Amino acid sequence: MTAEHILFFIFGGVSLIGAISVISFRHPIYSALALIVTFFTQAGLFVLLGAHFVAAVQIIVYAGAIMVLFLFVIMLLNLGTLSLKGVLSGKLKGFAIILGILLAIEGIYIAVRIRDNQNTAVASSEVAPDTSYSISEIGETLFKDYLLPFEVTSLILLAALIGVIVLVKRENQPEN
Amino acid sequence: MLSIEYYLILSALLFTIGVIGVLIRRNAIIIFMCIELMLNAANLAFVAISRNLGEVEGQLFVFFVMAVAAAEVAIGLAIIVSVFKHRETINVDEVNSLKG
Repeated sequence: MTAEHILFFIFGGVSLIGAISVISFRHPIYSALALIVTFFTQAGLFVLLGAHFVAAVQIIVYAGAIMVLFLFVIMLLNLGTLSLKGVLSGKLKGFAIILGILLAIEGIYIAVRIRDNQNTAVASSEVAPDTSYSISEIGETLFKDYLLPFEVTSLILLAALIGVIVLVKRENQPEN
Repeated sequence: MLSIEYYLILSALLFTIGVIGVLIRRNAIIIFMCIELMLNAANLAFVAISRNLGEVEGQLFVFFVMAVAAAEVAIGLAIIVSVFKHRETINVDEVNSLKG
């Protein structure tokens, strides 16, 4: 039981508890706060995996920008009383949980298969080095080999920006 | 160094919780949060496999996923706000017509 094991089980456990809280709290504000907890613990897991820059971006973009947007919209719509009725649809609930259990079993099976395949691969070659990439290495790969996808990403963000403006503007036009 | 299947199993469980949330919750904002959970689970798998293979590409895909998630949240929340202005509800069972 190394320190990495202990940290993994702390972060992973809190992350799972936060995720379950997201889907079980009735009030959307509590769900949003639980989701922030999940994002922070996932940043911890990224640090454990040696991806320090990804962890920083996770906190800045997810826990910062995206969750502020969520909280802003929840408070703007003032859903406190509306959300209390009809949060769960009874017909689907049992079906959804059965499907979820099947999906989880499938995911765990795939994870174990990947591990087994790796053990046979590792037997022939040596173990992959425990690497942690610096920002300069990430930036070099991003701006050399992945320059086109990076630029396409900026187009996606531009399209989102224009889309949001169009959506909001339509509300201001007189209805006829 | 922790074996990869711990991270992949955690990722699978988080993804499953997100799927169950989308299926059982009827509040559009919470459905969006569950989509974020699923994207995060995928990010975790990307980073775990990236370390395991010793390749930096997995971490780059995480940045692309984050950019797409940010765009998706901005558009989605704008749609939710305009649906709420129209219908006074964001229960996805009651919003069943595309006609404005």
